[in-house]
Amino acid sequence: MHGPGGMGRFANIEAEKPRNRNRVIYRLLKLVLPYKWLLILSLGLVTISAASQGLSPYLIGRAIDGFISKGDAAGLGRIIVVLMVVYIVGMFANRYQIIATNQIGQNLLAELRLEVFVKIQSLSLQFLESKQAGEIMSRLVNDIEALNSFFTQALAQMIGSIFSLAGLVVAMVAIDWQLALAVLVMVPVLLLTTNWFSKMARTAFRKTRTTIGEVSANLEEELSGVKVAQAFNRTDANVRRFASVNAANRDANVNAMAVTSAFMPAMDLLSTIDMGLVAALGGYLVISGRLSVGIVVAFLQYVQNFFRPIQTVAQMWTLAQSAFAAAERVFDLLDMDPTVQDAPDAIPAARIEGFVRFEDVSFGYEKDEMVLCQASFEAKPGQTIAIVGPTGAGKSTLVSLLARLYDVTSGRVLIDGKNVRSLQQRSLRSQMGIVTQEPFLFSGTVMENIRYGRLNATDEEVYEAAKTANAFDFISRQPGGFKGEVGERGRLLSQGQRQLIAISRAVLADPRILILDEATASIDTQTEVLIQKALQKLLAGRTSFVIAHRLSTVRNADLVLVIDQGEIVERGTHKELMKMGGLYADLYNRQFYQPEADTRTGIPVLFST
Amino acid sequence: MGGLQVMGQQLTLGELVAFIGYQGFFLMPIFMVGFIGSALSRAEASAQRIFEVIDAESDVKDKPGAAILSRLKGDVVFDNVTFRYAGMDQNVLEDVSFEATPNQTIAILGKTGSGKTSIINLIPRFYDVTKGRILVDNLDVRDVNIESLRKQIGIVLQETTLFSGTIRENIAYGRPDARIDDVIAAAKAAQAHEFIVELPEAYDALIGERGVGLSGGQKQRIAIARALLLNPRILIMDDSTSSVDAETEYKIQQALDLLRQGRTTFVIAQRISTVRNADQILLIDQGKLVGKGTHTELLKCCETYVEIMETQFGERAEWLAAVEEEVQ
Repeated sequence: MHGPGGMGRFANIEAEKPRNRNRVIYRLLKLVLPYKWLLILSLGLVTISAASQGLSPYLIGRAIDGFISKGDAAGLGRIIVVLMVVYIVGMFANRYQIIATNQIGQNLLAELRLEVFVKIQSLSLQFLESKQAGEIMSRLVNDIEALNSFFTQALAQMIGSIFSLAGLVVAMVAIDWQLALAVLVMVPVLLLTTNWFSKMARTAFRKTRTTIGEVSANLEEELSGVKVAQAFNRTDANVRRFASVNAANRDANVNAMAVTSAFMPAMDLLSTIDMGLVAALGGYLVISGRLSVGIVVAFLQYVQNFFRPIQTVAQMWTLAQSAFAAAERVFDLLDMDPTVQDAPDAIPAARIEGFVRFEDVSFGYEKDEMVLCQASFEAKPGQTIAIVGPTGAGKSTLVSLLARLYDVTSGRVLIDGKNVRSLQQRSLRSQMGIVTQEPFLFSGTVMENIRYGRLNATDEEVYEAAKTANAFDFISRQPGGFKGEVGERGRLLSQGQRQLIAISRAVLADPRILILDEATASIDTQTEVLIQKALQKLLAGRTSFVIAHRLSTVRNADLVLVIDQGEIVERGTHKELMKMGGLYADLYNRQFYQPEADTRTGIPVLFST
Repeated sequence: MGGLQVMGQQLTLGELVAFIGYQGFFLMPIFMVGFIGSALSRAEASAQRIFEVIDAESDVKDKPGAAILSRLKGDVVFDNVTFRYAGMDQNVLEDVSFEATPNQTIAILGKTGSGKTSIINLIPRFYDVTKGRILVDNLDVRDVNIESLRKQIGIVLQETTLFSGTIRENIAYGRPDARIDDVIAAAKAAQAHEFIVELPEAYDALIGERGVGLSGGQKQRIAIARALLLNPRILIMDDSTSSVDAETEYKIQQALDLLRQGRTTFVIAQRISTVRNADQILLIDQGKLVGKGTHTELLKCCETYVEIMETQFGERAEWLAAVEEEVQ
């Protein structure tokens, strides 16, 4: 009695092995410890369920030998009632066992998820922004999901099956060891067959997965690029290409089905052979008078009951291995050290005046590769410092060090004369505002997103901040106004609108030091004007560091730092730097590149570069 | 029940055992029928949607015996063109007429949603006009073979679509049989060669999901190379550049300028320099052509133009003024 294609479900999971299985199991068990009463309950229930599985065929045998063959109808009635009770108790025990095991599993999973979340909040940006971290994070989601499916599906079934097997073996051996041997002799064959099929099926299903991946990637790509395909007359070629990946997927599926469809009949064949074995040996023993018919019938039931749990355990083992490997990666993450930590004697920062000083600051993600070299400069309270330079020059690194998202490799970052490493991170960051190019909005209302800048702000203060940031008007026009949802990552708003919200957030936070990464992307002109005006208001009266892309910003800055390949190569005001005629002047000219002076229209050329 | 029958001699013990076996085989199919029923109704609904797609007719088709276009000179005429999307009751373009002579650059200017994109979609016949006609070299586009028409039109838009495959395949997308020398030449002209050869596999580097990631600016330059390789007579482009640094922007603009030379070009203009250098500016507002002429002409006579210049380029105009002051 197996579902069709029971193999496919497990063959679809990639097999993985943990490096150190025992250690992982040990740690998982440690996590289970708080739920030991639930665990004991669960084990008790599973024992009852197993006992009922071992008992019921025996009772059927008794019914045949003791009552049916003797014609004792009343006795038969009694034993059938007993049999029903045993079944029902077994079923309930099994059900509650599954619930109890799941409860343990889900609690454990929730705890693990929380621990991971807490951990990630504390990990250094240096790690989180690395490419390797991106991979780890995306795996982490899958890992937690693998653990989830292990705990919800596999664990309860596996424990149940193992106990059932134990119960069945005990019952069989107790009743008749010879017949028991006849049943058990098939077990190695069964395991080998299952194993062989699993391997075949996994290979076959891997093929179906890669081919369907190609089909859907192809489909998606061609659908989104259909305009280009039409424009370049490629539609026929694309159809041919799709036809071939499509055919490959069809063949892979047919092949996988061919493999898996053979599995159940093979199992049935084995169980039939085993039954034949039991019937032959049992028959012989009955004829020679050493055994009763009822016992043989009971053993035929045992054979049937025995096969299923063995298969379950064999198949679930793959799932369990993957789950252990997943758990191992989760534990690896949990064991990581956060790099930016408060010093034990860190003091809370007082109200920041805004005096910032970098003293020979060097920083590298890797020890031998400096991203920032010996950077020194000073900013006085209220000044605006513009940072310019080619992509990858080290601009973002410089401002990240200021906010102490990373710790310097050498040198010092001083705020109001105090080393940032001696200050509590929380007190430092609460006085710093950061507005990035791609501001991150959280799903929730506009109101909640602005209030993120200062959680205890009143509604009135939020409105005021939005007004200062020129965001009030567009928010009021949005459906739902301030109560309108922004969508996941703010995707219901345009990029410009997201920026205005982020600026409102910064206005509300009223930071003493502001870090601003100007957007390079094209935003429609009207919003752009709103953003520029809002930023001017935001910059006023606080020390500001701007990664600048706009001419107006650099022109108004008190100091422009030009960074190239990790070094501050030029510094001064816009005018001074233009006179210098170095990298800055060069960058500046290119940014406002115009192809050629217009001579045809006869209009005086507005500018020339 | 069976037990009683055996005792009453109506059933043998063997038959009873057999029946216990039957019971198992009997229940399974009953469960299955239940599962299959719901799957069946879902399949029916899905099949219906798929058949709808398969049965949909393409509106843009070659006429029987449509002429194969020979190499175009590049003359494009819109003759009282009105366009609306099928099933909509509002015209996207209304009664638009203009002529582009060979090698002219036509800048199309207008607010978002004014109908700029519709104009450029009609030239390669992505859609057919609702009224009026479009002529290339005096032939109605509906009378010519679509493939031969599109072969001579290059398109470079801001939203760059590349396909998974190698860089070479992507550049040669419109001419799959192009020689590698031609591909490299196109890439060089598009300022793309430099970064391509820095990739581990150069022109054979895979791009897309499983390949190397390219920045927005790099993708754009590959798209330019792709259009260049086609050597089209008519070019349709969008001169905006998305999130790139100044250096890259400079390169892209240079590549676009090169691409534009010697072809009839339609530009959805985002840059003041494009507008100023255009031979003809089409000013579109709510689907209507409200102004036509050069920058100078429009500045003198057309209020909407001045208005749009101010909103679209207002901020930049300020900077330009600032630069001028600087230079002096």
